[in-house]
Order: sequence, then C-alpha cells, then structure tokens
Amino acid sequence: MSEQPDIVAELKAMFGDAEINAQTTRDGMPTIWVSGPKLRDVLRYLKQETPRPYKTLHDLTAVDERERAHKAGLPPSDFTMVYHLVSYDRNEDIRVKVPLSGEHPSVPTVTDIWKSANWYEREAWDMFGVNVEGHPHMRRILMPLWWKGHPLRKDHPARATEMGVFTLPEEVAEARDEQNEFRPDEWGWERAGEDFDYMVLNFGPQHPGAHGVIRMVCQLDGQEVVDVSTEIGFHHRGAEKMGERQSWHTYIPYTDRIDYLGGLMNEVPYVQAVETLAGIQVPDRAKVIRIMMAELFRVISHLVYYGTLAQDVGALSPVFFMFSDRERAFDIVEAIAGGRMHPMWFRIGGVAQDLPKGWDTMVADFLKYMPRRLREYDKLVLKNSIFKKRTMGVGDFTIAEGQEWGATGPMLRATGIDWDLRKKRPYGGYDQFEFDVPTGKCGDIFDRAWVHVEEIRQSLRIIEQCLKNMPAGSYKADHPQATPPRKERTMHDIETLIDHFVHVSWGPAIPAGEASCTAETTKGQTTYYLTSDGSTMSYRTRIRTPSFAHIQMLPVLSRGLTVADLAAIIGSIDYVLADIDR
Amino acid sequence: MSPALSVVLCIVLLVILMIVGGLLTWVERRLLGLWQDRYGPNRAGPFGVFQIFADILKLLTKEDWIPEFADKPVFVLAPAIMLVAVVAPFAVIVFAPGILITDLNIGLLFFLAMSSMTVYGVALAGWASNNKYALIGGIRAVAQMISYEVFMGLSLMGVVIIAGTFSLGEIVERQQSVWYFAYQPVGLIIFLIAGLAETRRLPFDLPEADSEIVAGFHTEYSGMKFAVFFLSEYVGMTLISALIVVLFFGGWMGPFLPPILWFVVKTAVLIAFFILVRAALPRYRYDQLMELGWKGLLPLTLLNLLATGAVVLAIGK
Repeated sequence: MSEQPDIVAELKAMFGDAEINAQTTRDGMPTIWVSGPKLRDVLRYLKQETPRPYKTLHDLTAVDERERAHKAGLPPSDFTMVYHLVSYDRNEDIRVKVPLSGEHPSVPTVTDIWKSANWYEREAWDMFGVNVEGHPHMRRILMPLWWKGHPLRKDHPARATEMGVFTLPEEVAEARDEQNEFRPDEWGWERAGEDFDYMVLNFGPQHPGAHGVIRMVCQLDGQEVVDVSTEIGFHHRGAEKMGERQSWHTYIPYTDRIDYLGGLMNEVPYVQAVETLAGIQVPDRAKVIRIMMAELFRVISHLVYYGTLAQDVGALSPVFFMFSDRERAFDIVEAIAGGRMHPMWFRIGGVAQDLPKGWDTMVADFLKYMPRRLREYDKLVLKNSIFKKRTMGVGDFTIAEGQEWGATGPMLRATGIDWDLRKKRPYGGYDQFEFDVPTGKCGDIFDRAWVHVEEIRQSLRIIEQCLKNMPAGSYKADHPQATPPRKERTMHDIETLIDHFVHVSWGPAIPAGEASCTAETTKGQTTYYLTSDGSTMSYRTRIRTPSFAHIQMLPVLSRGLTVADLAAIIGSIDYVLADIDR
Repeated sequence: MSPALSVVLCIVLLVILMIVGGLLTWVERRLLGLWQDRYGPNRAGPFGVFQIFADILKLLTKEDWIPEFADKPVFVLAPAIMLVAVVAPFAVIVFAPGILITDLNIGLLFFLAMSSMTVYGVALAGWASNNKYALIGGIRAVAQMISYEVFMGLSLMGVVIIAGTFSLGEIVERQQSVWYFAYQPVGLIIFLIAGLAETRRLPFDLPEADSEIVAGFHTEYSGMKFAVFFLSEYVGMTLISALIVVLFFGGWMGPFLPPILWFVVKTAVLIAFFILVRAALPRYRYDQLMELGWKGLLPLTLLNLLATGAVVLAIGK
C-alpha cells in the first residue's frame, strides 16, 4: 500500500477534499464517506476510470445508525449504505459509505455499474427500507412479499414474543397465496413467440434437484431454457438480526449454520473479525489447529459437492462413496471437537480445548486413506466420458463476468484466475503453509468440478503440514477478552470469580469500532462485517456469503441451455440455501 | 400343446413374472447397496427379503388417488398398457425345451411389436397427468424410445440372417455349436444399449430423471398404479435379459444343469449387469442421447447388418 498512491488521496484529488471523508476502522481497510449525489460518480470512477480498478462489488449492505452511541467523527446519518469493493490488481479493498437521513431514506441505484448490485439493493430495501431509486425490479427478496416492516431496522422486533399473537385467517392466507403467484410479466418475460407459447416451469421450491428450498421459475421453449428467475428467502432465519441479540461469544454456533456444510470453516471469518476488533493475538498453536480443522471441513464440504454434482448428472454411486469418506472425516472432528457437522468449537482468541490424545494417528490414517479414494473417484467421475460430455462447455463464464457478478472461490478460480485469499492475503497463519491454487480454463461445469477436486488434494496437503508441524504452546490467547475465561484462573479470590462470572454470563464487551474479515471458505469468500458499539453484543453483524452472489448468476449461466443442463449447473454452483438466505 | 395346458402355463408364467418383478425390487436395492458400500434393505426378514411384502402392503393400502386435473380414463389406462406390453412378449420366449407358451414363427417380430407398445404407456401417462414435469418426461420417452426402436430391431436382424428364422425356439436350437454372441458381438452390444434405452434405465433414464424432472412421466402416480409402473420396469428388464439369453447366449443350453436352470442363471446374470450399469454410469442429456442413437448406433447397426449379410452370402449358408 505504501508504494502505491493511496486510493483515498487519489479520490480526494479527483473529487475534492470536502467530498471524501476518510474513516479509520479497526481492520485498516480504506473507508470513505461520500454524499448521496456524488455516490455514483465515485463508484463509477473506482470501477471504470482509476488505474487498476475495483472490478467487483463484493458486498452491499446498510446499517441502521439511529441507536448507535459511538459515532464521534462520523457524518450524521440515520442509515448508512456500505459498498465493499475489491480490486484484483491492487489486491486491496475499499469501503464506500453513504449517509442517509430520515425515516424513508433514498439512494440511487448502482445496478448499471455492477449487475450484481441488483439482489443486494433488493436486500437493502427488504431489510432496512432503503428506497433504491432507479432499480430495475424492486421487490422483497428474503422476506415474504406481505411482510410489514423491515426486519433489520432497530425498531423491528427480533423475537416472536415481541410481535403479538400469530393468527392466519383463511382469507389472509388466500390473499397471500395469490400474491405469491408467479406473474411472468413482472419479470419482463415474453409470454409467446410468433406461433407458440412459452412453457413456464416451476422448478422448486420443492424439487429433488434443487438442493434445498429455492424456487427457479424457468421459461422454456421445448427443452431449452430461455430465461430463469430465482426466488430465494425460504431458508431465511434472520442470522444477521440474531447477531444483534446474542453475545459475541454465543453467536459462534449460529455461524456454523450459515454454510451448514462448512461447519467450523464458517467460524473463521467471524472469530477473526471479533479478534480484530478486540486486538487479540491468537497463539500459533490455536492458529494451526484452526487451519487444520477448517481445511478438514473444506474436504468434507467438497466431498458433498463432488458426490451431489455426480448425482445431478445422473451417477448414483459416487455420492455414497463420498458420504462414507465424509463420515471418516467427521469421526476425526468428533474426536477433537465433540460435534460433527456443527461443532461450534472455535472461540474468541483460540479454540475451545486442546487437541485430545491420539488425534495425530486419526489424522494420519485419514491422510493415508483419502488420496487413494480420490484417484478412484477420478476414474468414476471426472474421467467418465458421459460425465465429460455433460459438463464440458456447459454453464461457462469468463473471468470478467465472474468479477462483475461477484463470483468468488472455486467458482471464480475455475475461470482461470488464481484469486485465493489464503495466498493473496494470508490470514490466520496461512502464509506458513505450502499449497497450490488450482485454476480452471474456461469456467464450465467440468472446470468447477476439477478445481474442487484439486482443492481437496491441496487441503489434505495443508492438513499434513499441520500434522507434522503442530506447534506447542497454548490453545487460547492470554487476553482479558478471550472467551470463555480460563477456568484455572478463577476460584482464587472474589475478583477472579466475579471476572469469570461476568465473562461467562454477559460475555466480553468488545471495544467500539468496525472490522470486517473475509475468509476463503468452502464455497467462496465469506465476509463478516461487524460493527461494535462497545457493548456485549454486536451492533450490526453483516454476513456476506458466496452462495448469494453465485446463485444470482444462475440466469447468466443457464440461458439457452436445456433443463438437464440447468440441473447440472445448479449442482456445480456449490450453494447451500442457508448460505444464500442466512 | 393342449389349450388347457397353455392356459395353465400362462397363469403360472404370469404369477412367476409378478414374483420376479417384486423380487427384483429387493435384488436391485441389495445389489446397489453392495456396490455402493452400504447395506440396502436388511431389516425385514432374512437379508431383508420381506421388504418386498412390506412394500407391497404399503402400496396396496395407500389411497388410490387420481389428481383432479388428470385425464382420468387415460391416467388409469396408461400403467395397464405398460404392463401388458412388457408381459405379452413372454408368450414367445422359449425357456427350455417344451417350456414355452407358443413358438410363433414370427416370434421376434411379435416381441418388437409389443415392445413398441410400451411407448404408449409412457406417453399417455405423461400426457394424462396434466403436469409439466410428467409431460416433459413423456415427450422425452417418446423421442427416446422411438429412436432406439429403429436400430433395436435392426440389430437383431444379424441373428435372423444367420439363423434364417424369426422363431425363437429355432434360433436357440441353431446355437448348438456356437452361441451367437460370437458371430454378432456388435449386434449384441447395440441390442444391449437399445435395451437399456427401451427399459429407460441409466444411462438412458431421461424420462424419469429425478434431478431434472422430479419423476418424469410417473410424477403424479402413487399407490398401486405407481407400483405397476415399477413392476413393468422390472419385468421389462427381465424381458430384455431373457431375450438376450435366447438370441445371443444359447437360451437354455449348457452342461450339467437342467436347461431351465441354465436359462434362469443366464438371465439373472444379465439382470445383474443391468443393475451394475445403473450403479456405474451418469446420465446422457436429451440431445446427446439422440445424437448417439441416430449418428452413432444407427449407422453402426446398418454396417453390421451389411457385413453379416455379405459374409453369410459369401459362405453360402
């Protein structure tokens, strides 16, 4: 950063000192405030005009600032829109904020600058009631269409008990059903060609090929998919809202369930973001344990991907083999952490416990067992000529398209760019490990599958290095805010007892500030953007998930292909519904 | 054969076929389990074999439900057509010397004619369900089965040329010295592929591809009507296997064991092969299936036929 012209200085020179207000955040990411009218100019400059541009809109969200106490030095604002951009050439992010005022704030759309902004802006409207001017198709995205209020506003109740008695009279239910009906005209679909009608096929919300509750309405011309519109939100559980009423520590179990196939992997960005806020340094042993467990979960998640993709193109057997391998990995997770799919085992400042006796033989056995199985699967799946026929050249996209739509992780790497944060911005100790970043060539289904399979091999390599070089030392940071406090330090006198009691019951109060942490999780990049108001709970927890961005791309990938291809593409995207809807 | 005996044999055969169909639901699940590193049904009775009765009981006690939006008479008729079309060809199959219902002199043609009828079952089921997934499944089935029927028949003509007859009984007897798979390897492979397509099994199960179109043409079926579809799939698989045994593997012939046992063993091996294929392969896409049929297998079949004819002509049988 030092040798490059600082982007903030560059923007100030371009737009004038008064327009660009810099803010310092705990994570050190350049953060600027611009006014609403200037927003589009600044963003367009950042994307299109600046040398080494910010090509991707990584995240777009809002914050309800009305109840925030620590606002010193920030522009007055009731709601803030936050744009998180990524520059690949600079290997740097920038956060652009817009202060909005009033009960019904408005902000201009940026969908013409980034296509991917579409869903994010709908989410901002849905969750915060921020009116986006000029948006091509504004409607609720996560909440049902009839929902009253905007859930992430601070005045919206978080608990069902705050909401009064639930009733659903028949006529209301009917009206809602009617509202839910799919109207092709709303989506700008043509109903008919010159001498034929299109078929509208409702793919989901319950469909064996859809991997969960998601609705994809297809406009079909014979077997050809002319257009798809995706409806999400069936799996929405208000994970971000829950972040505002759980203590920093008790929110960890929720993170496991965001990408429910990724288990512990999800906790990495969250605990790291909290640690950044609190300034906790994690000891080496905890870092390596975390990496080992996280990579184990990458293997676990990718095995599910591999098997279900094979199943989506019709192969019945691979999924059973891979699930039984996954069980072996779960046995290790269970022995170490106690849980299997969602062990909720990382802690602020380290991990919950030290490794148990004999963990190394279990891991070593798994490392010996897995590569042989992977070679077998190559023969069964990747080298199968029918599989190749079904996947090569299908559902492909370019690097530029991927960056435009905010694709990350294996999805983006399949197009040929080696954008892996574990290499580019080594976090949590990844700089100490040797591994390769596999990349594809044309971003089709086959490349995505291949990248996933290679990543399993690389993850095994990393786990092996963890096994051989596990450092000694403490598994938890020696920091007053590391949670939960150490048991051996309590029960000595009343002060240590009080300290322990407060930390266990209320949890730590994390210093006010903002920090985001992006981690390379199983499906792509997951970002936790945390705002602390100096309390025992988060003021705002924003979770940017890869699946949300990926599934928004679905129409781009599947237009002009067949229904069978659509099923294969869905399998190759590697999404889970909880990761989309949160 | 006296007419009375024929009737008795028909009834016995019908009962056996139903039992075989039921048994195969269990066999397939056990075999798939074996190949997929899992158990399959193993709880009810020894090796889980009573699972069959549990399934039958379950299907029988289900409500016989017809969707309101369906075309009722056709909806009911479709599974019946399916079953009849796969059961009828067994009339011309020669199980062992003397154990047969009738040895038509156009036996093979009768089989081909009846197997073409199954497409009506599938197409009508898809149409009458009045469901889009069923319709897509039905359309896929029609396209697939009609395309594959073309060279299914042609692939058998090599055997007919060599044997000089359409009668299945005579074809078996002509294989005294050499089984026909040795003369007609290409014909055998093509007929196997066509048979997979005809019975709609992987890699050609497009009409019921679950990850794409839910359950295809039988999406709306439940209870016994669904069971009939299921049964006819298994009987169809048995039929194709039995036919391959008769045409290419010498029917009942073999040393030591009684002829009927040889027939059963050979058929069982082929059925297991069908199931193995299902465990091993992914599914083709619609257009790839058509391409494979019309551009790959049809020319190959014609070449095979041409070569067989030329050789037979040259040797002068």
